[in-house]
Amino acid sequence: MTTEIRSALAQYIAKEILQQPKRVIAPTTPLISSGLIDSFHLVDLGLYVEDTFGVHLDDTELNRDTFDTIEQLTALIVERQGG
Amino acid sequence: MILHPFEMAPTFFTKLHDGFAACPDRVAIHLMQNRQDDAAVTYRELLAGATSYARALAEAAVAPGDVVIIILQHGADLIFAFWGAVVHGAVPSIMPFLTEKLAPERYRQDLTALIETTRPTAIVTYPEFVAEIRSAMTAWRSLHTDSPAPAIIVSSEIMAPRPFGASCEPDFDQLGGSMRMQDDIALLQHSSGTTGMQKGVALSHRAVLNQLDAYARAIHLSQDDRIVSWLPLYHDMGLIASFILPVLMRVPLVIMSPFDWVRAPYKLLQAITRYRGTLAWLPNFAYNFCAQKIRDRDLAGIDLSSVRALINCSEPTYWSSHQAFLQRYEKFGLRAEALTTCYAMAENVFAVAQSGFDTPVTVDEVDQRSLLIERVARPPAAGATGMKLLSAGRPLPNVSVRVVEDTALHPLTTTNTTGTRCDLPERAVGEIALRSDCMLAGYFNRPDITTNAFDTGWYLTGDLGYMANGELFVTGRKKDLIIVGGKNVYPQDLERLAGEVPGVHPGRVVAFGVVNSDAGTEDVVIVAEVDTTDENAREAISDAIRRHVTQSSDVALRQVRIVDPRWLLKTSSGKTARSANREKYLAEL
Repeated sequence: MTTEIRSALAQYIAKEILQQPKRVIAPTTPLISSGLIDSFHLVDLGLYVEDTFGVHLDDTELNRDTFDTIEQLTALIVERQGG
Repeated sequence: MILHPFEMAPTFFTKLHDGFAACPDRVAIHLMQNRQDDAAVTYRELLAGATSYARALAEAAVAPGDVVIIILQHGADLIFAFWGAVVHGAVPSIMPFLTEKLAPERYRQDLTALIETTRPTAIVTYPEFVAEIRSAMTAWRSLHTDSPAPAIIVSSEIMAPRPFGASCEPDFDQLGGSMRMQDDIALLQHSSGTTGMQKGVALSHRAVLNQLDAYARAIHLSQDDRIVSWLPLYHDMGLIASFILPVLMRVPLVIMSPFDWVRAPYKLLQAITRYRGTLAWLPNFAYNFCAQKIRDRDLAGIDLSSVRALINCSEPTYWSSHQAFLQRYEKFGLRAEALTTCYAMAENVFAVAQSGFDTPVTVDEVDQRSLLIERVARPPAAGATGMKLLSAGRPLPNVSVRVVEDTALHPLTTTNTTGTRCDLPERAVGEIALRSDCMLAGYFNRPDITTNAFDTGWYLTGDLGYMANGELFVTGRKKDLIIVGGKNVYPQDLERLAGEVPGVHPGRVVAFGVVNSDAGTEDVVIVAEVDTTDENAREAISDAIRRHVTQSSDVALRQVRIVDPRWLLKTSSGKTARSANREKYLAEL
């Protein structure tokens, strides 16, 4: 499950946010602190995560303290899906 | 109750004091706070809080007229510190706070540039930020060993405000603010980045109050209004329209943090609903953002029927953005007539023109080719569809607007004899020039750029537009400035940063804005020439540029395009031609 979530997130970020569909994003690539994703696109990412994985991210969680990599975001999604 | 008899003409201080004297217990500001109840600040509390800061400034030997830099996040401290500088008669300048993306060492450089240009005698900040400021100051001091260092005033050490009662009011006559004259500088306003920090717009009390009077009439402002804002206070739309205007005109203000809003845009609509908000100023992208990125479940109970006007301002306005917003929010009580536009700039304090209050906003449908090629706004051929342009409305009564020859297009035809530019006829696109009784006093400590900004008394805006039936239409920019999300970004700052990345040659980088109509704003693009042809190496350079620029400027890049040597077009003098490279980039998409 983790692998699918990671790959779906990586694809979404490459295609929809960075508009570089062929780009490969490693699970450990910093997203927020590196400037790959800005605050406007964090809202998009939040909406995508909710629509795709049925997990709600509160607006106060859209920052790098909650997650900064696909690995961390995936762990958060899996944890919430389990709960 | 006897009003305090200030003899002099009105200033920020007398207006604030008048508000306190007339309605001490009316709420001036409803301060929205993340995960806490809203705090209501009355005029009595506002003046008391401000007086505490004024006392701290006096103790730090700040003299009236001195510059005070305020580096605080959204909250009561920021509000009290700003008005505290006013009460003390000092000149406040709010600097953006360090964000999570921005690299501290780069922030320090901006701060050093700000200290260098404004020569503040005090900087107000949080205890945890003092070390940051000290290191910026050390850098500055090493260059100016003879200049005294600014005092650092720590917000947590400010004495809790003493509530004013009938018997324990301070002696207002003795406060520095009461001795300010109308032509003294009231505040400084900077746009972002290294270039912006070195270009502080200095505004006098008279200029700001002239703007407030004229603008309040243009928007039929009354004390029954309620202004709702998420805008940052270091920006003219946030500072003037959505902070100083309501406080000094005694219109209740509901204010939230820009950081909270961007993650939860529905909070603005909830605030309008809860407080029966009547007016809000928004940059164009916010219309698209609110139309696209709010869940239906977050709109339960939203009622926008109280809104007199949403005022679209501070970046190019789009008809499609208004349509998208209206479609989504009409069923929540939003009236189509409430969508208005404004053309504003810090150099004119704020508004130049405003549409939509006396008559609906004019939509001018023009032929795109004529506009771009011939630079004339004419209707499309019969049966053809044109571009829909939103009017910025009529100039305010105290502002004269001209559309003059753009020197880039009409090089020294009529300008070289007298130095004056020729007026263009109705519907011809040229540079917008203006004159008013609310112009900047100058770029602070920069007489050189102040002189260049004017042509025989007319301020040259660098914006392009045309007049039609007495209304102003803004169509573009002559200058290379990028406006993203309402924030001014100087491309030379971004190019310099990209040139610092290994593998990129300084001078072989160009930055420009590209309209993203889906987002309703500009995207920032960087094109950089590199020698390597290895794809992985190119991607690594692209990532490094993105990371370095974002962390150093707080500007997120939409695309970093890596190209071969000699891709970039240069002018005959060897300078990078941004607009030509922008055209080339777009043509290759």
